[in-house]
Amino acid sequence: MLPAVMERHVPGEPGIWVLLFGDMLVFTVLFTVFLHERGAKPELFAHSQAALNRALGATNTLVLLTSSLLVVLASHAMRRPPLRHFARRLTLGGALVGACFVVIKGFEYHEKIAAGIAPSTNEFFMYYFVLTGLHLAHVIIGLAVLVVLSTVAGNSGPTRTHIAFFEGGACFWHMVDFLWIVIFSLIFLVR
Amino acid sequence: MRSLVRTNASLVWFLLCGLTAVSWALGTYDGFGASHHAQASLLILAVAIFKVRLVGLYFMELKAAPTVLRSLFEGYCLVLFGLLTAMFLFA
Repeated sequence: MLPAVMERHVPGEPGIWVLLFGDMLVFTVLFTVFLHERGAKPELFAHSQAALNRALGATNTLVLLTSSLLVVLASHAMRRPPLRHFARRLTLGGALVGACFVVIKGFEYHEKIAAGIAPSTNEFFMYYFVLTGLHLAHVIIGLAVLVVLSTVAGNSGPTRTHIAFFEGGACFWHMVDFLWIVIFSLIFLVR
Repeated sequence: MRSLVRTNASLVWFLLCGLTAVSWALGTYDGFGASHHAQASLLILAVAIFKVRLVGLYFMELKAAPTVLRSLFEGYCLVLFGLLTAMFLFA
């Protein structure tokens, strides 16, 4: 049996899950299309993948995981009045660590462009820029969401609606995290 | 603060970081040869979906969600794994 504070409940507003599952479906289609194209030209995809910086990809995975953990801890703090004062700082910390993803991704793109690699180079790099670019857009939206959540977390007496709003935004950020886990594995590692 | 950090989510974070290192090592190592790298790639995909599941259950707190929502997520993980492995092997 779950403890009282962990009674079964939908994290966030139920409507947020329609958005999340919709987004997950869109990315799943893109993952499938990528693997379909890879099947047609496996050598080109393996050769092109060798030009990617796997260390930066792995670092960005750790960055998002750490940011996600800080947001999870902020969620816990929101629900526990004696620890509530930590929630805002933890959320801002999550946003700050998450922003490192954008900086690292910018460096990675700069590396590629400096080496003469662009979306038009070949099919692999077209999918690389589309998938990572679409994900980067989600990261930037997620960071904006975290900044909004930090103001909600600063509320000394949050209502159930505040907490549900916080949980929904946090779930969006965790989805951004796990989508990157799949993108990193698929584009940077699998061949 | 200590009581806040001592949660299952923190333990899961350690596990997720460890699994990231394993995937990175598998994907970076070039000594498998083409046929064995296919096996390593399948392992990388399995680890990735396992990590997705961990993020869902422990970070999104779906472990404590109503059965319908949790089942939808678990179903998504299963379908994603099946789809990615099938496309990797047969596309």
